[in-house]
Amino acid sequence: MELLLQQVMAGLANGAIYACMALAVVMIYQAIDHLNFAQGEMAMFSTFIAWQMIAWGLPYWVAFALTVLVSFVAGVLIDRVLFRPVQNAPILSQIVAFIALFSILNSSAGQIWDFTIKNFPTPFGHKPLFGGTLIDTHEAGMIGVTLALLGLLYLFFRGTRLGLAMRAAAANPESARLVGIRVGWMTALGWGMAAAIGAVAGMLIAPVVFLEPNMMIGVLLYGFAGAVLGGLTSPAGAVIGGFLVGIIENLAGTFIPYVGRELKLTLALILIVVVLMFRPSGIFGRRVVSRV
Amino acid sequence: MTTVPKDAVAGAVPVPVQGSLRVRPTVRHLVVAATIVIAALIPLVAQSFVLFQLTEVMIYGLAILGLNLLTGFNGQFSLGHSAFYGLGAYTAAILIHNYEVSYLWTLPAAGGVCFVVGFLFGLPALRLQNLYLALATFALATAMPQILKFHALEAWTGGVQGLVVDQPDAPDFLPLNTDQWLYYVTLVVVIIMFAAAANLIRSRTGRAMMAIRDNPIAAAAMGINASLYKTLTFGVSALYTGVAGALSALAVAYVAPDSFNIFLSISLLVGLVIGGVGSIPGCLFGGLFVLYVPNIANSLSTGLAGAIYGIILLIVIYVMPAGAAGFTRFALARMQGLRRP
Repeated sequence: MELLLQQVMAGLANGAIYACMALAVVMIYQAIDHLNFAQGEMAMFSTFIAWQMIAWGLPYWVAFALTVLVSFVAGVLIDRVLFRPVQNAPILSQIVAFIALFSILNSSAGQIWDFTIKNFPTPFGHKPLFGGTLIDTHEAGMIGVTLALLGLLYLFFRGTRLGLAMRAAAANPESARLVGIRVGWMTALGWGMAAAIGAVAGMLIAPVVFLEPNMMIGVLLYGFAGAVLGGLTSPAGAVIGGFLVGIIENLAGTFIPYVGRELKLTLALILIVVVLMFRPSGIFGRRVVSRV
Repeated sequence: MTTVPKDAVAGAVPVPVQGSLRVRPTVRHLVVAATIVIAALIPLVAQSFVLFQLTEVMIYGLAILGLNLLTGFNGQFSLGHSAFYGLGAYTAAILIHNYEVSYLWTLPAAGGVCFVVGFLFGLPALRLQNLYLALATFALATAMPQILKFHALEAWTGGVQGLVVDQPDAPDFLPLNTDQWLYYVTLVVVIIMFAAAANLIRSRTGRAMMAIRDNPIAAAAMGINASLYKTLTFGVSALYTGVAGALSALAVAYVAPDSFNIFLSISLLVGLVIGGVGSIPGCLFGGLFVLYVPNIANSLSTGLAGAIYGIILLIVIYVMPAGAAGFTRFALARMQGLRRP
């Protein structure tokens, strides 16, 4: 029982990161109906920027805030510069554009900061929380930051005019345009927010998986699994999906001998395929019906 | 009823079809024949290393053709073809290393294994539309290296270490070294498989594949069994890529799990887009590109290949979305347009 509880708590901690990635994926999916295959690499790149700032001597939280800001601006720019020209192109071109971005970010991060593994600091420390063995302070910090982020997003989307405008632009672009909402800029804003959320996820997971250009590929896969499980049309669902996937990953790693620990990515693959086959709208998503 | 004006009847007389349809194939045949002759003569003059590189070009071209059959002609996406390439390579390596099977038999074996696995993966893929299929195959490509390292399979796959593959020697009656022999084996396999693909596309089956790509609902209404053709195409596509993987195991003489990762899939995608989606000769151009461009990029600075790939991909989709093949067609059409009054 102790072991089970411990694994569930550790799963929640990892799940917090997957939830962040899933949320970022869903933000972009809502805005442009596409999965951002470069989401993980964007987060990785942001994390390297934070690492560089800390290496230059900035205090952690200053670097954290600056990185989130820089990532936000970069996200907006990526949308305006890269994806606006192909928004009406065939779907293959769009997927290719995502893959191109993936490749550019991965390779240039390796080029700038090389491929050696780096330590990334945590502001929370690695002491056991409340003297128990269940969870350490960094893991608790990851969960706390994720929940705080969610709360902020909820307030933003429910309580502000801008949040309402973004929801309108995502739900019905044509009508939103007719009531005077700049849909293109709302999309760009969605990209910026997704990039910023990804940056937070990257900086939180980096102390656990270590910083290197390929660190986010597995994390992104679990983020996708979380988003698909919770439902690509539901931000709250994606977050719950992310936490669920974290728990599933840890329980499988502990209780299924060999398979769970060595084949974690295969587990994500199976999860994605099974959910897409049997419940493509996820647990909380709307079913999308299209006219032919 | 016979009061139709004379002009209208005269206007309805079909204009004789301009040569384009009849003449071009012969020109095309000549070009193909010349290419084959040149390709067959290269080993007499080229050095071993160049031969090895050209062998790799043909292998990549074959793998890209596999992806093209799926994406270009059937409209299904795959970011997971590195997995089939790896599966083919490992099938060949395991058969040679553990069971001492003759290398020529490993090619159909790899193709067969990949066909079955591709067909099976195609079954769930039936329910996945574009984007979701891209996601599922992305997951497949990401998971593949871990599966190959899985320690319960280590007795066969060699785990993290990978496997060393014995390279075949030329038969005694031929005065060829191993590189030359492998080049010819690859050339023959590539010619056969490219010809088969070209015939497949021209056949009833090929037209059904393209009809599904262009309008799945209309295709279904015309009685095309979309599920069957889509899964079969997935299988055939995997078969092509798997045979390419097996050839690569022979050419490189080594297989390692981490060489079949998502970046290989990206390379194949780059080759597909550069060569031209839906163009068969374009695949070989794509093969040339993905072999030589990273080499040039790495000579400038290591690890730069990915960035250059990405930038070129973006340029291609913005500027010439039909790839090199489309560009050639466009240029030829322009030249013919200039020649005509």
